[in-house]
This record gives sequence, C-alpha cells and structure tokens, in this order.
Amino acid sequence: MRTFISSVYLFLYAPIALVVLFSFNAGRNASEFTGFSLAWYGKALGNTFLVSALQNSLIIAFTSAGLAAVFGTMAALGMERLSPRMRALFDALFAAAIVVPGVVIGIATLVALVAVFSFVNPTIAALWPGGKPPQLGLGYGSIIAAHGLFSMALVTMIVKARIAGLGRDIVEASGDLYATPLTTFRLIVLPQILPSILAGFLLAFTFSFDDFIIAFFVAGSKTTLPIYVFASIRRGVTPEINAIATLVLVASLLLILTARVLMREKKSKSGE
Amino acid sequence: MRVATNTKRNLITAALLAPAAAWLTVFLVLPFTAMLVFAFGERAPEGGYQAAFTFAQFANLPTRAAAFWNTLLLAPAGALLCLVVAYPVAYFLAVRANPRYRLILVSLVVVPFWTSLLVRTYAWMYILGSRGIPNLLSMIGIEDVRMLNTPGAVLLGIVYGYLPLMIMPIYVSLERLDRRLLEASADLGGKPVSTFFGVTLPLSLPGVMTGVALVTILLLGEYLIPQLLGGGKVFFIGNALVDLFLQSRNWPFGSAIAVTLVAIVVVVLMVAMRIAWKVAGTRQVDLV
Repeated sequence: MRTFISSVYLFLYAPIALVVLFSFNAGRNASEFTGFSLAWYGKALGNTFLVSALQNSLIIAFTSAGLAAVFGTMAALGMERLSPRMRALFDALFAAAIVVPGVVIGIATLVALVAVFSFVNPTIAALWPGGKPPQLGLGYGSIIAAHGLFSMALVTMIVKARIAGLGRDIVEASGDLYATPLTTFRLIVLPQILPSILAGFLLAFTFSFDDFIIAFFVAGSKTTLPIYVFASIRRGVTPEINAIATLVLVASLLLILTARVLMREKKSKSGE
Repeated sequence: MRVATNTKRNLITAALLAPAAAWLTVFLVLPFTAMLVFAFGERAPEGGYQAAFTFAQFANLPTRAAAFWNTLLLAPAGALLCLVVAYPVAYFLAVRANPRYRLILVSLVVVPFWTSLLVRTYAWMYILGSRGIPNLLSMIGIEDVRMLNTPGAVLLGIVYGYLPLMIMPIYVSLERLDRRLLEASADLGGKPVSTFFGVTLPLSLPGVMTGVALVTILLLGEYLIPQLLGGGKVFFIGNALVDLFLQSRNWPFGSAIAVTLVAIVVVVLMVAMRIAWKVAGTRQVDLV
C-alpha cells in the first residue's frame, strides 16, 4: 500500500519537477541536463511578446476577479434577502455558470458578442458625425466579461457559505444599539466575511490567469499568457517555455496557497 | 410606514443583485439563447451565421461521430481509471495516514489540481515525446515505441489532470465515516476484508459517485488534453468545437454541437444525481 501511495505522489509531482528542472538547463536540448543556468529566464523576460501577454493576463485577471469580488459579494448579500423561489433561480444560474464546460461558455460569449457587434457597429458608423467611427470588437472587454461570469459565481458561492455561518444575534445586537444598517455592515458583517471575499478574489484571479479555453474563443487579437504558452508549445518545446511554465506554476501556487489560508482562517473563526 | 420600509428594503435588495443579474443575463442567458438560435440557422457563404430555420445542422451531427464517440468513451473510462487510482489514496489518507501528517499529505494532493492544467499536460508531451521515455527505451534496445498522440496518452493525461478532483470527495466521505462502525464490525467477527466491503466501501459510495460525476462532466468539455496528448487523432467534442468556430467558421453547425454537448452534460448530471439519491438514501451528498 505504501509503495502504491508513494508512486501516486511521484506520479503527481514528477512531471512538474521535470519542467522546473529543465527550465534551469544551460543547454538547448530538452532531453539532457547540461548544467545550471538562469539564461532561459532572462530570455523569457526579454521576450516582448511574452511580457505583453503576461501584462494582458494580469490586467484581465485583476479586473475580472475584482469585479467578481465586488458584484459577487453584493449578490451573496442580496440573495439572503430574496424569497426562496428567486433565490433558487439565482442559485441555478450560478450553478449553470460553473457546470457548463468552458468551451461552451467561450463559444456562447463569442456568438452573442459578434451578433451584438454586427448590429451596433454599423449603427454607430451611420450616426458618427465624421472621421473614423469607433468599432466595438473582441479584446480585454470580452475576456473580462466571460471570466467575470464564472468568477462571480465562485465568489458568490464562497461568500454565501460564510454568511450562512454568521451569527445573526450580533447583527441584531448592533441594530438594537442604534447602529445604522451601513454601520452594522461596515463594523460587524464586512470584517467577518472579508477573508472569504479575498479567498474568492484569489481563486477567481487564479482561474482567470490559468484559463486557456474561454480566452481562446473571445480574445480576438489579444494574447494572454496561456494562449502564448499554447502557441509556443505547438512550435516546439524549448527551455524558454519551461521557464515561462515554471513562472506560471509558481504564480498560481502562491495565489492558491494564500486563498486556502484565508478560507481556513474563516473556518477556525466560526468554530467549526 | 411599513409599506415604505418594505419598498426601501426591496430597492436595496434589487440594487445588491442588479450587477450580478445583468451579468448573468448578458453573458449567460442571452449567449445561450443566441447559440440555440444559431443551431437552427445556416452557414453564411463567407463563414459565420445566416438566419434560417432548419434542422440540417442536427442532422449533420453524425459527420462528427468520431469526436462524440471519443468523448463518450474516454471521458467515463478516464473517470473510472481515475477512481481506481484515487480510491486507495483516499482510503490511505482518511483511514491509515498518521493524523499528524494528514493535512500536509492531503494538501499535497490538491496543490497540482490548482496549478495550470496547460503546463501540467505539456509536461507529459515532454515525457511521452520521442525524446522522453521512447528515447530511454531505445537505449535498452526497444525501438520505435510511440506513446504521444495515442488514446493511451490521452487517458494518462486525464488520470493525471483529474486525479486530485477524484481523491478529494472520496477522502471527505471516508473521513466522516464513523469509526465505531468499523469497531462494531470487528467485534462481530468481521475480517478486515469483509469490513471493508461490507461497511467502508458502501459508506464511501456517495463520495465515489460525486467524484465520478464531477470528473466525467468536466471531461465532456475537455479540450487541452486531447489536443496536446492526442495530437489531432483523438478528438473530443471540445476539439471539434474549436475547429468549427475558429478554423472552418461553421457557426450554425458548431452551435448545434455545443447545444448537444450541453444536453449531454445535463443528462449525465441528472443521472448522477438520481443514482446519488438512491445510493445515499437520506445521507447528504456533497458536490465538492
């Protein structure tokens, strides 16, 4: 049994370790390690295409996770106040956003946006007073919108779970002591749900940062980091890609660990 | 007065939900409606969509039968293979592992799942490619072994990518198992093997169900693993969709396939919930 368990752990980590190891390879050859070097990291960070893809990914992940954190928290608070039937409707829609495969979310968003553009763009052009009319198109906006959908569902679920474990008595006590609802929210509710909001934000950030398939459909001419990595893989494996891949792994790992610490803190505080 | 307070209360509720509701409508409900409409349309001569009402796209589905077969065979096969590897690990973590290290061991299982699937799958291209294991094999005289771009490689990638997601729900259901039941079984003369098959395994079935359903549903929409490890030979529905939308720009046909995929996901989900209901009886079933 122990041998089996150890080999499963080896199975889980060996491929990752290999990518990391070969990112430090001095040679160009992908099959033998010829010495330690940071050269490929330098090369990767000097690659303007790669750096702009990284920038795009960061902008998109930050914006979509930020929007999701704010709107998702609002939705979680709002759903508390709804009738059971309306609440079930929102639950179903959020569940759909999570269960429907990313490939389909990407397609649906693409189809809908192009339909809207093909109607709006000629209208703007017809009404534009002169010069070149602005054109709506795929890009940051469409990726942020599509990522925001999944992320919002994620944040709402996490924050809702936290709200469910929240003591109602202390909120009522605050009202009895003549605190305005806003003051109660700021001083009582927000501090308690903040860790779960942050955890939701980080999970959403990681999701957006790692997402390939949705962005692949709705990115237009914008390149995100996973799209860049995917395209490079098809051109052939180089140590430079290993360096990028290692950076991606480290980034998502740090975000996830932080999110998990925040979610654990939430659990211990509620005394579970 | 009371009416006024209620109105105010409703306004606040509406304001809190407005952004999410708008988002869900514009980026979930509308797109799916549009896709449904597209699925009954025609391909415009230059690609894209042209308004029509025809069932031709759905009648065309058999031309992509290979993608459907691969998905409908390899997704459940991959999930079951995952289960075979995952169950002993979950059992070890929940029952056998030293409680002092349990949390660390569990975390170590989850961490890979939360890192980029693209990067992890690409690592296998490396290992299975001609410079990887086949290269090592040729050193000991076994020549011309092909590993990459085979159904086996895709299955391996699936097990690798989704193993953590299978281990977790089983681990959770085993961890909640009442130890007194195991002691009772032993007191009544049950041998370890019969305790396992008579008590432990049945009580962990909700977790098993959750894991299999979760992994199968996610695999139905998989794109990266077949693309990178199947090399265009082991196409899934997801790969067909990318091809139809981004290469051949046949949007109505693509929409018909996407609608069918969603229908399959819904059916699998409903069947899974049905079975889970039966297996679990009144016990609670956790989906994550």
